[in-house]
Amino acid sequence: MGMTITEKILAAHTDEERVMPGQLINARLDVVLGHDVTGPIAINEFEKLGIDQVFDPEKIILVPDHFTPNKDIKSAEQAKQLREFAKKHKITNYFEVGRMGIEHCLLPEKGLVLPGDLIIGADSHTCTYGALGAFSTGVGSTDMAAGMATGELWLKVPSSIKFIFKGADFNQWVSGKDLILYAIGQIGVDGARYQAMEFTGEGISSLSMDSRLTMCNMVIEAGGKNGIISPDDTTLKYVNARTKRDYKVYQSDPDAEYAMVYEFKTKDIEPQIAFPHSPANTRNISDVGDIKIDQVVIGSCTNGRIEDLRIAASLMEGKKVHDNVRCIIIPGTQDIYLQAVHEGLVDIFVNAQAVVSTPTCGPCLGGHMGILAKGEKALATTNRNFVGRMGHPESEVYLSNPAIAAVSAIAGRIAHPSEVK
Amino acid sequence: MIIKGKTWRFGSDIDTDAIIPARYINTSEPEALAKHCMEDADPEFSKKVSQGDIIVAGSNFGCGSSREHAPIAIKAAGVSCIIATSFARIFYRNALNLALPIFECDEAFNCIKEGDIVEADTATGVIKNLTTGKALQATPFPKFMQLILAEGGLMEHVKNKIDRN
Repeated sequence: MGMTITEKILAAHTDEERVMPGQLINARLDVVLGHDVTGPIAINEFEKLGIDQVFDPEKIILVPDHFTPNKDIKSAEQAKQLREFAKKHKITNYFEVGRMGIEHCLLPEKGLVLPGDLIIGADSHTCTYGALGAFSTGVGSTDMAAGMATGELWLKVPSSIKFIFKGADFNQWVSGKDLILYAIGQIGVDGARYQAMEFTGEGISSLSMDSRLTMCNMVIEAGGKNGIISPDDTTLKYVNARTKRDYKVYQSDPDAEYAMVYEFKTKDIEPQIAFPHSPANTRNISDVGDIKIDQVVIGSCTNGRIEDLRIAASLMEGKKVHDNVRCIIIPGTQDIYLQAVHEGLVDIFVNAQAVVSTPTCGPCLGGHMGILAKGEKALATTNRNFVGRMGHPESEVYLSNPAIAAVSAIAGRIAHPSEVK
Repeated sequence: MIIKGKTWRFGSDIDTDAIIPARYINTSEPEALAKHCMEDADPEFSKKVSQGDIIVAGSNFGCGSSREHAPIAIKAAGVSCIIATSFARIFYRNALNLALPIFECDEAFNCIKEGDIVEADTATGVIKNLTTGKALQATPFPKFMQLILAEGGLMEHVKNKIDRN
């Protein structure tokens, strides 16, 4: 019996030749990640241990990205605690405001997460890095603390679900965001609970790295433990430009066992909209109807990468955001921001009367930089549309790809690019 | 450990934003979080809940964000354990790590009404609805996880391991 890529990476981080789904393992960690909201709890737990040092200061990454630049005094205290811990323990990969980015955009960009790595992060969207062929999963703060102290963590080996996207014939404006929303819509918010979601097929091989990161980013919205895509030329080209560290490429064996296999035809997939209040509550853009919106957010760890900004700018050039809409655009990292400036994308956004923000998770989780009032509706390229996610419990969030978000900001309602001249 | 308490019912897919909205997680202080526990699922919950009460829910309890503020808020609000059809995996880990007992049980959601008095045994996974007399079986924790619970959570477990070495 062969092994899946997920099982192979996990086995390589234990002393065992092979591992089986359901098996409890103690795994060695390559990266332990935390941010300004989850980090402080982890630091408090770590300090209770009474030990002097972390297991390896080069394998811990701390990014203040959620409520930064500090939105209030309490958030400033949390960010300060993270900063002081990083200094005390000589954490080299601490990224201060001005040098940072949304962590799941930043780590791949800086070459800090690589194929074959085992990564845990005290943030549910840590699953993003599976797009590089790594095993990467979200944990809580106490797990992060244990990881920082020991460099190890217990894990249950997940069974894998294979998603085959057949054909590379994409409908216009369909991106990785639509493939993952479509998959979540098919299987539901707990359709992959505790399981690995492995993406394959011509539809995946033809996707850019940015779109693959978007897909793996959202596996948690189906309850997935990790998302994973086998490395190919696209992956290696991306990674080799960013790191000198050794890494190892794994592929699933042809006779690996899957708990379930789904086959989707790429050409059948339209741009998807997730209606309130669940990422699984998806509809085709053609079935949406007339939904007026008050705010558009383009950004987040899901869709704040350069490809996303380029698509949005291509549809907003020479146009104005609708009178009834506030449009907030958030580049994922400082490098993406600068790239957007150099390419003239920021000019296009500002001329269109959109706001361009410094990198932050901000409005995605209802932190700051675009909170909704009672009864308001937003269309966002983010990852969650739970009750109260972006502000008032009686506000509503719809999820889409960046193209739909950009044209909708111009139209003042959820719209397809073909509807806006 | 035997836990006994009055139950409060919630539905399926209760996410961590509903358990503790992000607008309150600029602190991790347990008492501050407890004041807003379950607020976007039931705004009155933190006023109604009493020490030792039990939460009963449907499937996928605690889905969404990894915020440990969610089980911290629930624990600090006085809740003694959670019984659900299933839990989202990060919440499951977080609860265990904080030694907040949780029970996965298929039948519980249909067999326990709000206000029923329930008794649950962490060692055996047996849940008794004392109001109706019905006994249910939850999936027992694997031994390794029972040990973490008995030691008082993951950090105590790690500390004991470090001390032993």
